[in-house]
Order: sequence, then structure tokens, then C-alpha cells
Amino acid sequence: MSNLFILLLVPVISAIVLCFVRDAVRAKWMALLAALLELGLSIPFLCGFIPDASIQFEQRWMWVESLGIQFHIGLDGISLPMLLLTNGLIPLIVLSSFRKAHKGNFFALISFMQAGLLLVFLALDAFTFYVGWEVALIPIYFICALWGDGDRIRINLKFFIYTFFGSLLMLVALIYLYNQSATPSFEWTSFVALDLSESTQRWIFWAFFLAFAIKIPIFPFHTWQPDTYTHAPAAGTMLLAGIMLKMGVYGLIRWLLPVAPLGALAYSQVVMVLCVIGIVYASIIAFKQQDAKRLIAYSSIAHVGLISAGVFSWNTEGLQGAIIQMVNHGLSVVGLFFIMDILQERTGTRTLAEWGGIASKAPRLATVFLIILMGAVGLPLTNGFIGEFLLLKGVFNYGVWYAVFGGLTLILGAVYMLRLYQKSMLGALPDRYTSVLDIKGYEVLVLVVIVFFTLFLGVWPKAILQLSEASVMNLLDQIKF
Amino acid sequence: MGAIITLCVLGIVVLYLGLFKAKNALLPVTLLGLVVTLGFLVSGWNNEALPQFHGMVIFDRLALSFSILCVVITGLVMLLSKEYFKNISTYLSEYFCLIIFSLLGALLVNSYHNFAMLFIGIEVMSVALYILVGIRKTDLASNEAALKYFLMGAFSTGFLLFGITLLYGASGTFDLTALQAYVQTSSEISPLFYGGVLLLLCGLCFKVGAAPFHFWTPDVYDGAPILITSFMSTVVKVASFVGFLRLFSTVLIPLHDFWTPVLLTIIIVTLFVGNITALLQSSFKRMMAYSSISHAGYMLFAIVSIGAMSASGMLVYAAAYSLASVIAFGVLILVKRSTGSENFESFNGLAKREPMLALVLTIAMLSLAGIPLTAGFMGKFMLFNNVMGSYNITLLILAVINAAVGVYYYLHVVVNMYFRKAEEDVMEQHVPASYKIVLVGAAVLTLIIGIYPDSILGFL
Repeated sequence: MSNLFILLLVPVISAIVLCFVRDAVRAKWMALLAALLELGLSIPFLCGFIPDASIQFEQRWMWVESLGIQFHIGLDGISLPMLLLTNGLIPLIVLSSFRKAHKGNFFALISFMQAGLLLVFLALDAFTFYVGWEVALIPIYFICALWGDGDRIRINLKFFIYTFFGSLLMLVALIYLYNQSATPSFEWTSFVALDLSESTQRWIFWAFFLAFAIKIPIFPFHTWQPDTYTHAPAAGTMLLAGIMLKMGVYGLIRWLLPVAPLGALAYSQVVMVLCVIGIVYASIIAFKQQDAKRLIAYSSIAHVGLISAGVFSWNTEGLQGAIIQMVNHGLSVVGLFFIMDILQERTGTRTLAEWGGIASKAPRLATVFLIILMGAVGLPLTNGFIGEFLLLKGVFNYGVWYAVFGGLTLILGAVYMLRLYQKSMLGALPDRYTSVLDIKGYEVLVLVVIVFFTLFLGVWPKAILQLSEASVMNLLDQIKF
Repeated sequence: MGAIITLCVLGIVVLYLGLFKAKNALLPVTLLGLVVTLGFLVSGWNNEALPQFHGMVIFDRLALSFSILCVVITGLVMLLSKEYFKNISTYLSEYFCLIIFSLLGALLVNSYHNFAMLFIGIEVMSVALYILVGIRKTDLASNEAALKYFLMGAFSTGFLLFGITLLYGASGTFDLTALQAYVQTSSEISPLFYGGVLLLLCGLCFKVGAAPFHFWTPDVYDGAPILITSFMSTVVKVASFVGFLRLFSTVLIPLHDFWTPVLLTIIIVTLFVGNITALLQSSFKRMMAYSSISHAGYMLFAIVSIGAMSASGMLVYAAAYSLASVIAFGVLILVKRSTGSENFESFNGLAKREPMLALVLTIAMLSLAGIPLTAGFMGKFMLFNNVMGSYNITLLILAVINAAVGVYYYLHVVVNMYFRKAEEDVMEQHVPASYKIVLVGAAVLTLIIGIYPDSILGFL
């Protein structure tokens, strides 16, 4: 059962099948079934995974004989949490779009995207990685541009070209590295083993960094993000914020720092400063937002800023914190965007000023919202706490002042998140919302699952941390600044 | 050689069929002839490649693989012609005959081993096209295109011929092997030779439509009937590139210090001119014309970084580009039939009306833009890889900027098809079976080459 390739194949096949399903009801159930099947198929990997630094369940084939390109996938402690995150969130995302009558093509695009995301997280060969990286972009572009709102065509074109440009620069770097070794190869191991001069590593660093920084996004490459998140359909926003941006962070850990350590050393101060600016800047802007979805979009910039800072501190706490915080951020941001979508559907607006007092009519919604919100803010006993704690400790070890300013994310985060809660749930209920329905059915299911994991990981973060610990230590041993 | 004779006979047979008004037999006979040609080409695969007929032509792997590509693409174009020509002209057999003769010229250019053959091949290929471009006698745009193409074509042929003459003056031979020996052995290469190389470069750049010799391309592509445009921008272009490649890879490699700067300048100008002007177009056909200029720029990468892998990179790129162009023009024919316009707006709402057409056109556009899992990506990747092999990182960065710009106009039509609503008065259009076969077949091939490039790379 433990065949990684099947894990990639299932979403592709379900995407092809779903293309031909025109009936909305049948489509959504089939999509859910496929997503659950995929989740079920990933359980053996969790059970069979030995938490050491080795690469497991490896598979490789010759792909392009004449160029020596291989199809090479495998799993280690860093990719396993990402695999679980992807396959765990996709069923929730599918379920969260249940009340909308989407035809099969909507779910087909989600499935197709899942395959691309998994390819990115599993790839041990740079060519395989690049293919997954680009392939994930096409479906999300269509999801956002077809079912989005507002000025969706222009916004998503900007998003596409922005990210595509970044990844092309990465392609140049990949081809360069490919030509450097004695026998041209795209293998991760051969990339890491290359003995590159510092000046080379510097430009390689920027070529990779731009691709990842645009995807994550790190200030000042974030300009596509608020618009795209705000005007995408709920499922698209969840995919983008919940999973897709993790591609960028994962790329930093897996590719950028190991391949160009000297470049990273030369510029890590710059990147740290950018991350910290991003944290403060996005938090302040989030505080001023009137559009709830936009507020969460900016909060996401602040959160991933801290995660990236943790990665660049390049120590155990920073990396471990980044990995667990990627999972946490995925969970809470999906929950938050889902709640915003529910509220928008119930009230017909996303504007904070028009909301208020919803807690009195929808107590269940108010409760789960509060718990997920606390997770996002980083209250102890919720999942965000341990992640932010580790990240800040990592950044502290790197430099005190970065931690001081990065730590503002906790305070500012609490401020804008509680403002969001206060404006929507508390206060007096406007007259026109006398009949706000509470969450029910599958909405409860989705949110309860998220709440469960919010608390579970808050109490027992070791569940994730122990998976990645050995791999992280090994990576740090191998690559030293 | 059997292939060339077959095509000659086929062209004449088709003319006679026209004479006896056997209109329904035209397409089957042409396709049969193409299949026989293909058979000859494939059967010559394992033969030892030696110059034949006093060193006039050589059917090596390079010639055979590109000839097969040309014949296959011509076959696809012919299949699309089933209902197309009937609507625009009464001279049906002339169409078929001229396309076949043009293909014959392309095959000669693919396989030349003597400059005389290069010249004859290019002339056979072009003269047939001068007529084809202007075949809509009452259409002013078509006439203008034909005149422009003829004047520019004749002009560039002059350059070519002058260049060949100078090379002859310096070396005393037309034969590629002898020229190779001259370049490699002679202690001092005559300045005449350098002049000849420059003039040849100009002439060939005219033929492939590289800037600054590209001015004819948009008008001619735009004025010609769509199907002729698709033939011109695929088969003719590909063959001209093979002529280019053969000349540089056999004769001019030792002189690369001389021509690399010239070619680099041409490439960079071509990429920027093609891409930036394509951005501004409102007509899909004109966009394709300008984008074909930028693709010429990419294909020249194979020549500037000439080496062992150049031919395979160019083959993949040419196949990807040709397949995508056939799809794009095929869909354009259908769209024009139902809306009467070639503008981007006429694609509005196509995804609702004809999901299949929208899907194949999307695949074609993604392939032209160079997105992974399509053939276009593999082609770009291989050419970029060649250039990286010669450590030309600046050129690559410029190419990457252009590729990102290209996405904008390729997605333009996708945006129109999927995200915009059609105006109401669009006629429902029946899609003929032959179109379905060609379009879906080309899309599937695009994906196969993109996912498993060894399927085509195994050939070279």
C-alpha cells in the first residue's frame, strides 16, 4: 500500500473523471470520496514512517533518458507534515464548498491541484519539483478566475504572471546547477554536494528566493496576495493560503538554504529585515481593514513573515517552529476563511462595519470562531502557541532585535483578530440580521475537525514535532553557515 | 530520395485530378501521397547517411526527422482543409498542388548538401507560397500580403544568392563538406567569406522572420487565408530553421567568434520586438504572427549555442510550436466561421459553447507559453539548457523576461474563452469530424511530448 506514486495518481485520475461529471450533487460526493480515499491512502505513510533522518518510501524512474532527468520522489520528516497537511485539508476544502452547486470541473481542478502540491512536497529531483511547482499554478488560476468575484480577470492575471516570472528565474538557476555537476543531474543530493563559489551562490540565492518569496509572499513581493485572496472563491482562498503558500516555505527549507548556503549567509540579514518589516506592516494594515477577508489575507502575510524568519534563523527551534507553524497556519486560515464565507453567505456582506452581535443568534459559530481565532493568535493550549514560541525562540537565537520586532506579531495579531471578533460577533445585532442561521450539518463537521486539531496540536505538538525532528537535525548538521 | 520523387509525382497527379474535375478525390489522393512519402522517409531511417546525387542532398537523421515532422504537419493542415478551401475559392486542385510543391521545397531545404539545392529548395518553397498567399483574388488584404511577401521574399533571396556567391568566390565550392574542409584547413579565411556569411545570415533571418527582417511577417500572416498562414508558420518556418542549423553546424562552427555577437543581437531584438508588439494586438491572428516572431527568437537559441544537443532541442521546440499553431489556427477557422471576426472578442464564451475547442486551445496556449507537462515546456527547457551549456546567463535572463511577457497575451485568449460572456448573436457551429480528429490529436501529442519527451527524442 505504501506506494507514493499511487498517492500522486489518485488525484490525477479523480480529476480526469470529475471533468465529465456534470451533475452538481454527484460531483461533490465523488470529489469528497476521492479526497477521503487520498487521505486514507496517506495513513499508511504516517504509520509506517520511522522518525529518523532517512528518506523513506523512495521511488525513482528514468524520465528523460537523453538528459539524465529522473522522476524521483520520497518522504522524510520535513515532507511528511506537508503531505498530511495537504491531504487533510483537501477533504475539508471540498466539504466546505458543498453548499454551492459546482459542477465536476470545479472539483476536478482542486484534485489536479492536489497532485501538483504533492509533487512539490515529495520531489527529490529538481525537475520533478519544478513540474509540480508550475502544475499547481494552472488549476488555482482557473479556480480563482472562474469562480472569483470583483475584478477577477485582471487580479488573477497579475497573480499568474507574477508567480510565473518568479518560477522562471528559479528555472534558470536549476538549469545552471544541472550543468555544474560532472554528470548533469537534477538530484537534490547532487545539488547539495556542488561546490559553488560564493559569488555564484549569491545569484542562485536570488533566483530561488524570488520564486519562493513571491509565492509565500514575503514583503515587498506580496502585492498580488491581498487582491487574489480577497476576490477568490472561498475554496480557492483556502487552497492558496492553506496549502499553496507552504510550497514556498517548503522550498526555502528544502532547496534554497541547502543549495546556496553561502548566498543565504550573505543575505540572511536582508531577508530577516524584510520578514520583520512584513510582519509589522501587514499587521498594521490588517488592523485598518474593513473587508474581513482582506483582513485575514494581511494577517496571513504577517504570519508567514514570522515563519520565513524562523527558517532563515536556521536553527532547530526556528525550523521546527516553521514546520509545525505551517501546519497550524494551514488549519487556522482554512477555518477562518470558511467562517468568513459562512458569514458572508448569511449576511450578504464582508464589511466589518455592517456586522455585529452575531454571537447572540449563532452561539455555536461564535464558539468555534473564538477557538480557531485563539489558535491563530497563539494563545497557550492552542496550536499557534507552540509554533510561535518556537519561531520566536529561533529568531531570538539569531538576533535579539529581530525577535523583539517579530514578537509584535503576537500583540498586533491579538489586536486585529480580537477586533474582527468584536466587530462581527459582539455588540448589538443590526435589525436586518434577525434571522442569522447558526452553523449546521457539514459546516459543523468541518469546523469541529479544525477545532479538534487546534486543541490537539496545542496540547500535544509533539505529534508533528517528533516526525520532523530527526530530519531537521540532520539538515542542520549537513548544511552549516 | 523516394520521398522527393513521390511528392513531385503527387503534385502533378493532383493537378490532373483538378483538370478532370475529380474534386472528391483530391483530399484522399493527397493524404495517400503523404503517407507514401512518410513511408519512404521512415524506411530510410537506418540507412547510412551519405550525400547522394553528386553530393546534392543528404538524408541523415536531421533531415529525416524534420522531414517527417513537416509531412505530418502538412497532413494535419490538409485534413483541416476539407471544408475550408471550398468556401473561399474555386481553384481547389491548385491549392493542394501548391501546398505539396511547397512541402517538396521544405524537404529539399531539410536535406540540402549543396548550396545550389538550398537555393532551389527555398525558391520552390517560396514561389508556391507567393501564389497561395494571394489566392483570394478579390480580397485586397490577400493581394497586398502576396505582393509584400513576393517583394520581400525576392529581396531576401537576393541576399541569400549574393551570400552564396561570395562563399563560392572565397572557397571555390558549393558543397558543404568541401566548405567545411575550407573553413577548417585554410590558414587565412578570405574576407569575402565573412561577407558571404553575413549576407547568408540576413537572407535566412528574412525567411524565418527574425527581427530586424521581420516586417513582412505580420502583414503576410494576417492577409493570407488562415490555413495558409498555419502552413507557412509551421512547415515553412521549421524547414528554414533546419537550413540554418545545417549550415551552422557543418560549416560555420569554427567561425563562431565571428557570428555569435551578430546572432545574439538578432535574437535579443527578435524576442523583444515579437513579444512587445504581440502584447498590443487585438486580433488573435496578428497576435499569433507576432508571437511566431518571438518563437523564431527562441529557436535561434539552438543555433547560437550550437552543439550536439542543438538538433534535438530544436526538433522538440519545432514540434511543440507547430502542433500548437495548428491547433490555434484550426480553432480560429471555426471561431471565424461562427462569429465572422478574428479578434480576441470573438472567442468570448467559447468554453460554454464548445468546451472541447476551448480545452484544446488552452493546451496549445499553455504549450506556447511554456508551462510544464506540455511539449512547449520541454522545448524551451532543452533550448535554455543548450544556452546554459555555453554559459550565456544574461541571454537566459532576457529570455525568461520575455517568456513571462508572453504569458500575458497567450492567456488573453484563455481569459476570453473562459471568463467572458459571449454576445448573443453567435451562430451555433457544427464542428466537423476531421477538425475534431486533428485538434484533439494535436493536443494529445502536445501532452505526450510534454510528459514523456523521450517519445520524440529517441529519434535523434
